[in-house]
Amino acid sequence: MNTRVLEIRRNVLSRNDELAAELRARLHAAGVLTTNWVSSPGTGKTELLGLTMRALLARGRRVAALVGDLETDNDAVRLARSGAPVRQIQTHGICHLEAQMIGDHLAGWDFTEIDFLFIENVGNLVCPASYDLGEDRRVVLLSATEGEDKPLKYPKLFHSADVAVITKIDLAEACEFDRAAAHRNIHEIRPDIPIFETSAKKRVGIEEWVGYIESLRASI
Amino acid sequence: MHELSIACSLVDAVSQDALRAGATRVLEVHLRLGALAGVVEDSLQFSYDIVTRGTPLEGSKLIVERLPVLVYCAACNDTKILPGIQSFRCPVCSAPTGDVRGGREMEVASIVAETDVEETA
Repeated sequence: MNTRVLEIRRNVLSRNDELAAELRARLHAAGVLTTNWVSSPGTGKTELLGLTMRALLARGRRVAALVGDLETDNDAVRLARSGAPVRQIQTHGICHLEAQMIGDHLAGWDFTEIDFLFIENVGNLVCPASYDLGEDRRVVLLSATEGEDKPLKYPKLFHSADVAVITKIDLAEACEFDRAAAHRNIHEIRPDIPIFETSAKKRVGIEEWVGYIESLRASI
Repeated sequence: MHELSIACSLVDAVSQDALRAGATRVLEVHLRLGALAGVVEDSLQFSYDIVTRGTPLEGSKLIVERLPVLVYCAACNDTKILPGIQSFRCPVCSAPTGDVRGGREMEVASIVAETDVEETA
C-alpha cells in the first residue's frame, strides 16, 4: 500500500463540455445555427423568441426551439403556436440547462431540416454561466425594468455572453432606465459585444435583431 | 443547489481516473478554481463532504487553489492579472479588454491517494 500523488488534470465539467462539443459538431455538420438565451425570469425571452421565430419563418427559414423551465410547459405551448417544432425541458428544480438535457431533447429531430435552433435557458443569471450547451452564440437579455447595473451585479454570466439584448425598451422612460449607463456597464464586463434594444409589445428593434441572427448563420 | 451538482461532477471526474490508476482510497483532491468559474468555494466544500460519503473519496480533503482572471492587453502587449471582475480593463493602461487568458478553470490538478500499485525504484 503506497500513498502517491496522481496527476489528474481533468476539467470538472469535462463530461458536460465533451457532450457540448459533440452537439456543436453535429449541429454544424447539418448547417444549424444555435443560440442559448439567458436572463432573469420575466425579462421577456419567450416573447422576443416567439417574434424572432415567426419573423424567420416568414423569411422562409426553418426554426426549432428547446425551452427550459423548472415546471410547466407554458412557454413551449406559446412558442409552438408559431408552427415550428418546440420541446419543453422541465428540470423539476435544476437551476440551469446542461448539455445532456439538450442532447436528450433533440433526439429524433432531423438536424438537416433546421436552420436555426433556439435554446431558451432557465430564467437565472447565476448558474447557466458555467454550462456550455453546444451553442454558437450566448445571448444575454436584460429588460429596461431591471435596472442598468445588472451586468455589474452578475459579471460572470454577462462576461460569458456573445451578444446582449435590452428588452422592454418601450418602458425605459417610465422606469427612468439609463440606457447609456446600461450600454457602458455591459461593455465594462464584456467589451465590444453587440447590443440590441427591442420591444416585443411595440415591435421595436425586431427587424435589426432578426437580421443579426440571420447574419450569424453565415459565420458557422 | 448548484455547487452540489458541481461536486457530483467533481467526484465522477476523480473516481474514473483514480480507479484507473489503482487508487483504493483518496486522501486529498487538489482543485484549481478560477475567479470566473461561477462556483462559490464554501458551498462547494459543504457539498463535497456530502457527495463523497460512500465513495473512495469519503473523508478526503478538497484543497482549492484560487486562480485570478488573466487578461491580455493588446496596447501593452502583455498579460495582466485583473484585480476584480467589475471592470474588464487593463490594470495598467485602462484599455478595455475582453481577451481573457485565465480565470475560468475548474480543474482537478492532482489527487493524493493510497494505491495498491507497488512503486518501482
